[in-house]
Amino acid sequence: MRVKLKIWRQKDSKSKGSFVNYNLDNVFPEMSFLEMLDALNKTLTESGGDPVAFDHDCREGICGSCGMYINGHPHGPVKGLTTCHLSMRYFKDGTTIVIEPWRAKPFPVIKDLIVDRSAFDKIQQAGGFISVTAGSAPEANSVYVRKKNSDLAFDASICIGCGACVASCKNASAMLFVSAKISQYALLPQGKPEAKERVRAMIEEMDRQGFGNCSNTGACEAQCPKQIKLVNIARLNREYYKAF
Amino acid sequence: MITLDSKIPDGPLEEKWTRYKNTSRLINPANKKKIDIIIVGTGLSGAGAASSLGEMGYNVKVFCYQDSPRRAHSVAAQGGINAAKNYKNDGDSVYRLFYDMIKGGDFRAREANVYRAAEVSNQVIDHYTAIGVPFAREYGGTLDNRSFGGVQVSRTFYSRGQTGQQCLLGAYSSLNRQIKAGTVTMFPRREMIDLVVVNGKARGIVTRNLLTGEIERHSAHAVALATGGYGTVYYLSTLAVNSNASAAWKAYRKGAAFANPSFVQIHPTSIPQLNDFQSKLTLMSESLRNDGRIWVSKTKGDQRNPNDIPEEERDYYLERRYPTYGNLVPRDVASRAAKERCDAGYGVGKTGLAVNLDFRDAIKKQGRKAIEEKYGNLFDMYKAVTGIDSYEEPMRIYPAGHYTMGGLWVDYELMTTIPGLFAIGESNFSDHGANRLGASSLMQAAGDGYFILPYTLTNYLAGEIRTPRQLTNTPEFDEVERSARERIDKLISIKGKHNAASFHKRLGKIMWDYCGMVRNETGLTKALEMIRQLKKEFWSDLLIPGANEELNQELEKAGRVADFIDLGELMVTDALNRKESCGAHFREESQTEDGEAKRIDEEYAYVAAWEFNGEGNAPLLHREPLKFEFVELRERSYK
Repeated sequence: MRVKLKIWRQKDSKSKGSFVNYNLDNVFPEMSFLEMLDALNKTLTESGGDPVAFDHDCREGICGSCGMYINGHPHGPVKGLTTCHLSMRYFKDGTTIVIEPWRAKPFPVIKDLIVDRSAFDKIQQAGGFISVTAGSAPEANSVYVRKKNSDLAFDASICIGCGACVASCKNASAMLFVSAKISQYALLPQGKPEAKERVRAMIEEMDRQGFGNCSNTGACEAQCPKQIKLVNIARLNREYYKAF
Repeated sequence: MITLDSKIPDGPLEEKWTRYKNTSRLINPANKKKIDIIIVGTGLSGAGAASSLGEMGYNVKVFCYQDSPRRAHSVAAQGGINAAKNYKNDGDSVYRLFYDMIKGGDFRAREANVYRAAEVSNQVIDHYTAIGVPFAREYGGTLDNRSFGGVQVSRTFYSRGQTGQQCLLGAYSSLNRQIKAGTVTMFPRREMIDLVVVNGKARGIVTRNLLTGEIERHSAHAVALATGGYGTVYYLSTLAVNSNASAAWKAYRKGAAFANPSFVQIHPTSIPQLNDFQSKLTLMSESLRNDGRIWVSKTKGDQRNPNDIPEEERDYYLERRYPTYGNLVPRDVASRAAKERCDAGYGVGKTGLAVNLDFRDAIKKQGRKAIEEKYGNLFDMYKAVTGIDSYEEPMRIYPAGHYTMGGLWVDYELMTTIPGLFAIGESNFSDHGANRLGASSLMQAAGDGYFILPYTLTNYLAGEIRTPRQLTNTPEFDEVERSARERIDKLISIKGKHNAASFHKRLGKIMWDYCGMVRNETGLTKALEMIRQLKKEFWSDLLIPGANEELNQELEKAGRVADFIDLGELMVTDALNRKESCGAHFREESQTEDGEAKRIDEEYAYVAAWEFNGEGNAPLLHREPLKFEFVELRERSYK
């Protein structure tokens, strides 16, 4: 395969960026998207150029490091996949692929396709935990949890913190991200004692970090590689009202 | 010269840890506040240790190379985490978990350490459950368990096929709580580039800020490495592509012994390599072997669609060779058996380097929904990578480099041979012998971090309460920073023709071919030569674009590859030294008549701990004899 790439290049957070075009031959349909970029970077490096910087690590869809806007979609055009799992077989020979970093004010660009997502960590630090000190836990089976609730908590807990929800949202809202953690704990008895403090602290931090509000367009759910459901945002709102 | 003192407490096996805890020294809360601890790595062991130590009142500084501590590679563990709860009423106990691990490790681990890992396993499950880790449950509301390889009980707790993610996010949440409380300071996007030793004690680290290239100094009263394993030495492995051995390697060069470096687990169920440009092998959890049956055709080179091969023409070779454990034999056994079939020409597909993992019978018996519930995300992942729907046809799998049982040598207190330097989780060597059983890596990492290091580190630090906060403007820090900068400059100034990955790939192939599933004297000797040659080429033909003072991913990679090349040489040296087969270390020269690993206890019942002996010199071998007081050494059989 042969592809034309239009990639956002930006030296650092202070510089202005722009799209740069590259032609890449010897692309194979079995390549993952990131392996295609590896191939581009090898060519760039070995011809004296500057390779494209992008975050990546596990390359199996679970660490949440990777993430780029591909042809107008976070993580590309295929539902339920992270960028690292996106395969080149989904693209046609000779096609043009536009690659950009996440674009959201709370995620400033660091270099090329790498953005700063530390705002997510700050929201979690504000209250995304259950305050149990190591050593003080009761016997695990002393607290029964309804299987259905446990399963729903799991469905919410699988968020990988990649930021696709924010990137896809016209308001750059982090509501899906926050609601995933709030829902996980709201559905479990272990999370109840500090539920009010948690939701207030996390929402407050979310606002402080400059994320926008939710206007129910549902873009986040549609683009989430882990298919976290919008219903979690409803649960977040309910938890928030209950907290005052 | 180092000396190895394992510091195993006296007394009966089941009382050692209690005795240790009852007699170890404590530090009062007012003094804890004056003590600084550095933890490198934020996986299950690192984040667990950092949060526990923070909860106790120490000042903790934590480092990771990722942009967030939530991305540490523990996140990718799939199948589960073991504990001796005996919730299934199937005869499990702490002793049985201990025994399974000792036997699973082919009698090459320390009894006392392994027993303690089993002992604290129940506390780990209690803790994770209390902090909201959503483990799978039964309809009655209690926790569910499943079975893993090499055991006959069901003791594995799980969250579908992403248990590691759930445990890691639990550990991350505890870490966040302490960051908010101010006891833990987090330093993401930092790579430890060297260790600082002052008067023989670990007193700090030097890091490179991966965003700016700035070289930073951090001091502490003690340092703990929680930096994971070195499976990426194979280039293609199930690990995150940035996982690396550099922190451990720097510690080795500063005097920490490296134990059993050649003990590497090759995981039997990974998606096979599809092509040359591949950067990563994706694991398919061992839990799949609970319901999936492994087979190849009885005909060589059979290219039929697996669904068209009738039952009587299928060779379920694990069930045939190991009727007692069947598809749930330990990983090393399953991997070698797959290799044996493929080498004999029975492999599946065009490459012939794959076997079938088939769910047809399980789906027939339990229904598709039950299988979906247990393994849904794994089937999805398989489809994402290969495009094949494995509800309809078997998965194709092949062994891949996965976990390293070897690592920094530690004593019972998890301290390396450098006083004040500790190693926890996969970065140490201590609990898995020559082969690790499934679902015991999360168990060990969490146990080390939450429930062992906080005690042993406190015992060490009790002798340090009069030590003032360490300064960083000392000659020791100056010297470490100078040499770190010198190395970076040297790497950048080579200006050769090839990028770091191309050397890494070549190293990986050498390691896989000669120091992988099967090893022999001729191959290993050849590998040693090839690695030395590769090292020369690397240091004369490497190309790094750009400079140090910026985000430079090629520079990061190059530093790691340089260390992997040296580590590869040590692994081969260790594999050459150990002329027996044990666990995952299979020396062709030492096998039974039916091709199983044959230990030579009289000569090799020891831990091989290697000491760095200066650049270009052969490392020094120290032997820690393994004494088995409580179990009898037996032939390890799963037949």
